[in-house]
Amino acid sequence: MLEFFPFKRTIPFMSWGKVTTAISLLTFIFAIWSLWHQGLNLGVDFTGGTVLEVRTSQPANLPAIRDALEKTGLPEVSVQNFGTSHDVLIRLPVKNDTNAAQTSNIVMIALKAVDPTVELKRVDFVGPQVGKELYDNGALALLVVAFGIMAYLAIRFEWRFAVAGMLANMHDIVIILGVFAFFQWEFTLTVLAGVLAVLGYSVNESVVVFDRIRENIRKMRGATIPEIIDDAITRTMSRTIITHGSTQLMVLSMLFFGGEALHNFALALTIGIMFGIYSSVLVASPLLLMFGVKREHFIKPVEKKEEAVV
Amino acid sequence: MNRFPLWKYVLIGITLVAALLYALPNFFGEVPAVQVSPVRTTQKVDTALLGQVESLLKASNVAYSGVELAGNSIKTRFASTDLQIKAKDVLQNGLGERYTVALNLVSASPSWLSAIHALPMYLGLDLRGGVHFLLEVDMKAALDKAAIRYQNDFRTELRSDKIRYGRISREGDAVTVHFATRDQRDAAANKLGSVFTELAFTPEDQAEGFTLTARLKPETETKVQEFALQQNITTLRNRVNELGVAEPVIQQQGASRIVVQLPGVQDTAKAKDILGRTATLEIRMVDEQADPLAVNQGQAPFGDEIVANREGGNIAVKKDVVLTGDSITDASPGFDSTSGQAAVHINLDGKGARIFKDVTRENVGKRMAILLIEKGRAEAITSPVIREEIGGGRVQITGMESAQEASDVSLLLRAGALAAPMQIVEERTVGPSMGAENIEKGFHSNLWGFLAVTLFMAIYYRVFGLFSSIALAINGFFLIALLSMLQATLTLPGMAAIALTLGMAIDANVLINERIREELRSGATPQAAIHAGYERAWATILDSNLTTLIAGIALFWLGSGPVRGFAVVLCLGILTSMFSAVTVSRAMVNLTYGRQARLAKVSI
Repeated sequence: MLEFFPFKRTIPFMSWGKVTTAISLLTFIFAIWSLWHQGLNLGVDFTGGTVLEVRTSQPANLPAIRDALEKTGLPEVSVQNFGTSHDVLIRLPVKNDTNAAQTSNIVMIALKAVDPTVELKRVDFVGPQVGKELYDNGALALLVVAFGIMAYLAIRFEWRFAVAGMLANMHDIVIILGVFAFFQWEFTLTVLAGVLAVLGYSVNESVVVFDRIRENIRKMRGATIPEIIDDAITRTMSRTIITHGSTQLMVLSMLFFGGEALHNFALALTIGIMFGIYSSVLVASPLLLMFGVKREHFIKPVEKKEEAVV
Repeated sequence: MNRFPLWKYVLIGITLVAALLYALPNFFGEVPAVQVSPVRTTQKVDTALLGQVESLLKASNVAYSGVELAGNSIKTRFASTDLQIKAKDVLQNGLGERYTVALNLVSASPSWLSAIHALPMYLGLDLRGGVHFLLEVDMKAALDKAAIRYQNDFRTELRSDKIRYGRISREGDAVTVHFATRDQRDAAANKLGSVFTELAFTPEDQAEGFTLTARLKPETETKVQEFALQQNITTLRNRVNELGVAEPVIQQQGASRIVVQLPGVQDTAKAKDILGRTATLEIRMVDEQADPLAVNQGQAPFGDEIVANREGGNIAVKKDVVLTGDSITDASPGFDSTSGQAAVHINLDGKGARIFKDVTRENVGKRMAILLIEKGRAEAITSPVIREEIGGGRVQITGMESAQEASDVSLLLRAGALAAPMQIVEERTVGPSMGAENIEKGFHSNLWGFLAVTLFMAIYYRVFGLFSSIALAINGFFLIALLSMLQATLTLPGMAAIALTLGMAIDANVLINERIREELRSGATPQAAIHAGYERAWATILDSNLTTLIAGIALFWLGSGPVRGFAVVLCLGILTSMFSAVTVSRAMVNLTYGRQARLAKVSI
């Protein structure tokens, strides 16, 4: 049989606790720093404003477009290439007058004057109020997901597991956000959806390890808690890598074939999957140890054996 | 131990066949079609119109491959886009302005599939191209408008009871009446309080005089706002019909917002123009002396104008306007209290009521027409006969054929104008080429990712990997079938979610396969290992899927637009993957290995 990880011995993950905690802490602090220092490059979804994507038949003459748009009197127009030299992305901040919805029309008229072949691919106009709501709802969704998952883990396992799992995953989320802030990649609604999916997904990882820990606590009578955890991680290692590898194959496919619209989404997922492996193994479990999980927490016969539902 | 009872295989077989059937329409593609629907939403489409469409097409030798009545529209299919465009012109000329004739694409799947409601997935605007607007209704203006109406009504009521008052001022949605004496104020409070039960009155004694301030009660305020929103939606619907959009979506969102989605519309400037336009209602007298023959030929007598009525004929109306729509404060369907006939009740404001009283007194026995004027084109919504002098501003129009007609007419009376101004707070336009591009990108992301995962699984887990891959493909079919059945909107993020759930779904099989390997390693017999692998992995699969489901539900609840599309697919994908990865793959394993009592080796 083909095996990538024929681990014969248990790997002493828990004895590396100090090193991994230090690494986590460093990346975490780095992420917080870039979030605080540079902030997220929020897309038009959250800030409000207008984004136009147009395609020209000839390579686009950006200075001419800029000139033409400046003449319309619209403030702070940003014009840049997007993907290819034929694709142009135009951004305008939200204006205070009530006619903001007309902005895209004004821009298109000006562009047609420069190049009559210009083709409109996409317009996103978001009013400031709507942008703020999307932002608030996004933040609320993040909280709801975090607490929902924590509550589920607390019911299914124990509060120590819930808190450890959640902290490990919030660590992933902060790192994704930190990387997006550091590289100033645009953070859009779709990226937010990706981040939340990562939150739900990478908790899986902790769940699988926790499941094993619980099982081992019942089976491995003589072992200490660190031994039990090491065994659980080692035995699930192969599955962890393969599962994440498969999901990553899909995400890579999106990164390569999904075009600009899915690019940042796929990036967020990639970072999430990478750190998901790391954090569930090397952050969640040491935290669990730190919270002082004990055999007695599980020996109480509260858990019923699950029946196979088919 | 690895055998399913027969009913389980049968059940799995049935779900598979159902999934294939409902996923099938997505693979047929689309054919060009022309869609005919009435401009007024209240008008119904029937088989007579169907016949008319067919005979028009036959008369001008436009070959069509099918014609059907779908909802409140008629869809005709064509072999090519050339024929489609030709047919559009033929139908628009033949049917006139009362019908919208729009180009559309309909599913090319055979009719027996449509008959079992197997339809292709409903594509979002980012995949088919089009415009999405979110409009915010100015509710403060709606309330102010209501207050202005009361300002006039108070004047009328107080005058009719000969109660003396100073001035009537308005600040926002609060109307204050000033009085010289306390007695006048109290008399007015009594009178107004009994007439306008929907208002809350507060008397105040001030240094410069006595006042009575009226405010809308909270429940009335909600009612005014709801009314404004509904009226704006109705108005928008009528206007959008003019744009000739095949499948527009106009929906309420939240308490004060309206979503308008126009698939296929590219000219956003025109769309914005039409959505923002104002229409007017006018009440005028019908010219009874006009020669009916001349009127039908469209010749207007001097001082008259010819307008179309809803029955398709013409009537001559005087050019003088009796009242404009601003005076109509409400119109609702109901019944005549004496005859029990269906009727429309109209409320006029104070000024309108006075004029109406004078006009009706002088014109008993004659007809008056209520006209809806849009884009300079007038149409008579109704032209009732005046039976008697009508005072008090409460008008009842009887002679409606049915309760349905009464509600149609009242809708039109309200629909003419917007109850409150609206503003576009969000716009998302996707060009048609971009839509097709997005579909292609989404499809390729799925295809290549799926192939890579399948290849890997087959190499790594051999036969079990093959089973897992087949289960994954079946999961894809389940997901597509479910999305088609529910007619949930598929967006580009939704397609990303399909790829993501497929990637995540394999997790369940990896868990199972790894468990089986582990059991084999620790010396279990193949049959026992398979059994234990599936049993033990189930709890873990459930846990890990439920956490993702929590994220999906939260996204659905708080997300909007494309993100919601992502969430729907994510949630559905998790549910289908649990079934396919565990039950369907188990069935394949059981069928292959379950019967062999002395199984020495499994390929994993």
